[in-house]
Amino acid sequence: MSFGGIVSLVLIAAGAFGAALIVTKTHAPALGARRLGYAAAAALAVTLLLIVSDLAGFSLLVPGAEGEEPLLPLAALVDRAVDWLVTEYGDALRANVSNPIVYAIGFFERFLYQSIAWPAMAIAFALFAYHASRRWTLALFVAGAFVVIWALQLWKPTMQTLSLISVSILVTALVGLPLGIAMGLSDRFRTLMMPVLDFMQTMPSFVYLIPVVMLFGLGTFSGVLATAVYAAPPLVRLTDLGLRLVDKEVMEAATAFGASRSQKLWRVQLPLALPNVMAGVNQSIMMALAMVVIASMIGVRGLGQEVFYGLQRQEPGTGFTAGFCIVLLAIVLDRITQAYGRRMQAHYAGAH
Amino acid sequence: MADPSMVKIELKGVTKIFGPTPAKVLPMVEAGASKEAVLEETGHTVGLRDVSLEIPQGQTFVVMGLSGSGKSTLIRHLNRLIDPTAGQVLVDGEDVMALDGRALTAFRRARMSMVFQRFGLFPHRTVLENVSFGLDLQVSGRAGREASRAKAREWISTVGLDGYEAAYPHALSGGMQQRVGLARALAMDADILLMDEAFSALDPLIRRDMQDQLIDLQSRLRKTIVFITHDLDEALRLGDRIAILKDGEIVQVGTGEEILTAPATDYVAEFVEDVNRGRVLTAGRIKLDCAVVTSSEAPAEALKRAGNGELQVTYVVDAKGKLLGAVTGSRIRRAIAEKTDTMESLVEPCQTATADMVLEKVLPLTLQGDFPVAVVDEQGRVQGMLSREAIIAALAETAGVVKPVQQ
Repeated sequence: MSFGGIVSLVLIAAGAFGAALIVTKTHAPALGARRLGYAAAAALAVTLLLIVSDLAGFSLLVPGAEGEEPLLPLAALVDRAVDWLVTEYGDALRANVSNPIVYAIGFFERFLYQSIAWPAMAIAFALFAYHASRRWTLALFVAGAFVVIWALQLWKPTMQTLSLISVSILVTALVGLPLGIAMGLSDRFRTLMMPVLDFMQTMPSFVYLIPVVMLFGLGTFSGVLATAVYAAPPLVRLTDLGLRLVDKEVMEAATAFGASRSQKLWRVQLPLALPNVMAGVNQSIMMALAMVVIASMIGVRGLGQEVFYGLQRQEPGTGFTAGFCIVLLAIVLDRITQAYGRRMQAHYAGAH
Repeated sequence: MADPSMVKIELKGVTKIFGPTPAKVLPMVEAGASKEAVLEETGHTVGLRDVSLEIPQGQTFVVMGLSGSGKSTLIRHLNRLIDPTAGQVLVDGEDVMALDGRALTAFRRARMSMVFQRFGLFPHRTVLENVSFGLDLQVSGRAGREASRAKAREWISTVGLDGYEAAYPHALSGGMQQRVGLARALAMDADILLMDEAFSALDPLIRRDMQDQLIDLQSRLRKTIVFITHDLDEALRLGDRIAILKDGEIVQVGTGEEILTAPATDYVAEFVEDVNRGRVLTAGRIKLDCAVVTSSEAPAEALKRAGNGELQVTYVVDAKGKLLGAVTGSRIRRAIAEKTDTMESLVEPCQTATADMVLEKVLPLTLQGDFPVAVVDEQGRVQGMLSREAIIAALAETAGVVKPVQQ
């Protein structure tokens, strides 16, 4: 046996010894000092098993060879599940869900960059910014950002990206808010959802694209769906958090004065959770913007596509200007939503 | 409380255990295992243990205990913010535990309201919206809301917050916030008011103001108030009756004076040691016997009845027993020598106090005039007397030593 093999054996034996010690300590405390003997026996048994299997020509210490069928055929399972979905429901989903929404998005897109003149759009956003923050400096910055975008001749892709993000966030809110509220109200549902959210957030965003494209094909709808799934977790989490952060005595007061469950939710919990919900919307928008470039790989038009072109054609300038517009858009949306969040808190600053 | 119709709220053997499986721990608690032992062995906390209480109608009932004694847990059982592990809560003889969701909500709206330690105001609602919160829950439509807002305005005015209707709670001082809390509770028009350490978060001067306001309101409203506090002075000031809670158990129930003069355990005795006794002990409780003669009696007769001492003070009353004044032994002797007919002409004025006056109020009276203060009833009949020395002795006594003097 090689040096590495001996080191591995010693480590595995030590692991078996330690595990046996821990298990006997909690589950068989009556054993006392005899635990050491049992643990040593366990370590010996594991070592023997490995040596015997090695001598028998079936080593457990080497990884499976490439191309071999893995012991746990997860990939095949996922493939089969998605295939089944596509063959069973693909056409129906495309006809009833994606096509109408794609049409709506197209309409919205054209509305943003064709129907409305760009200065009108800039002014509308500046007014938004002023309404949210009551600061003319922010309004001026927002208007300036739109002027820069126009001057870079990236107005159309920017509006396409804006429409993609708007629709994605709408979908995220429609699904995420009820989920977050349910989590805030039910401990059991929360326990169930936490690993799902962790999974959604940690799974590389690329991975979402594969099944979505198979189901709905390349294009805007797949982009919206992938973006919405990727952007949902912060909104869900912060809605849940907002509901749970409401002062315990305030909730007790609502109960003591005879508020029903729905009255408590609508009149006390949700209004008090709004600043956190708004922070969730803000975070979701930022996540959605991060998805823009990735979504361009499945044919979503907009700034992401420009960045992608820059990469493909080795034009650093194209990539940089489009990326710069994404940054400007991110700052504008971030400042406006944050200012709205602060406005909501203004009523009861210092009350928590 | 011999008369059961006077009992507004009754707790019967209420036990509360906090933890994941309280029902499994209950037998151990019922067997009398200590709080520490239960925590050590099962990880459960005993909040209340076999608490039985009768809370009379129309009085202020104070539950007093240090932090961790279970007093906040106790008050939350009354409106079922907390459900007991075992035992019953009866309000007007009705078992609160039997109420289901809808009935419980109706019960909370109609029967009791609550004031919280950290106010529990809704930060997103104005003062007016806070006060009308409970009323708004019960009405629908614009007209209903107008009515509840009008009612809320009245209570805002009652607690002295006119002009602050549109302010948000964070803009108010602590005392003002708790006035909002009080108005919100009173606006519900429930006959039971639960106050959970309502004044504990306020600074001393404001606290006193609020206590005065509560005493004043209560003298008009006559609600059944359950008041939780850790402050003995507050308990004695507000409470018609006081229950002392320690480690989730009731140690003693009684009037402030009873608790002060006859503490049930060493714990209570230690507790009441530092109390300002002058504010609690009444003239009636420590009054001394005194000699009383009628004004028509001859001095010689009076001297014989009242005793011979030079410094002996004798109170003189009219035929109906009403106090006229006082006289010393030496003066009576002089009157005998001067051959005065009756006591009437000898009478000199003296200070009087009623039996329910606290010693703090009586003491200054003893400094005016030469005679001890006469303790009289409403008709002016003499019940006893209080000398300066007797009052000081009573104030200086350690708890448990003062015994009511036999008449």
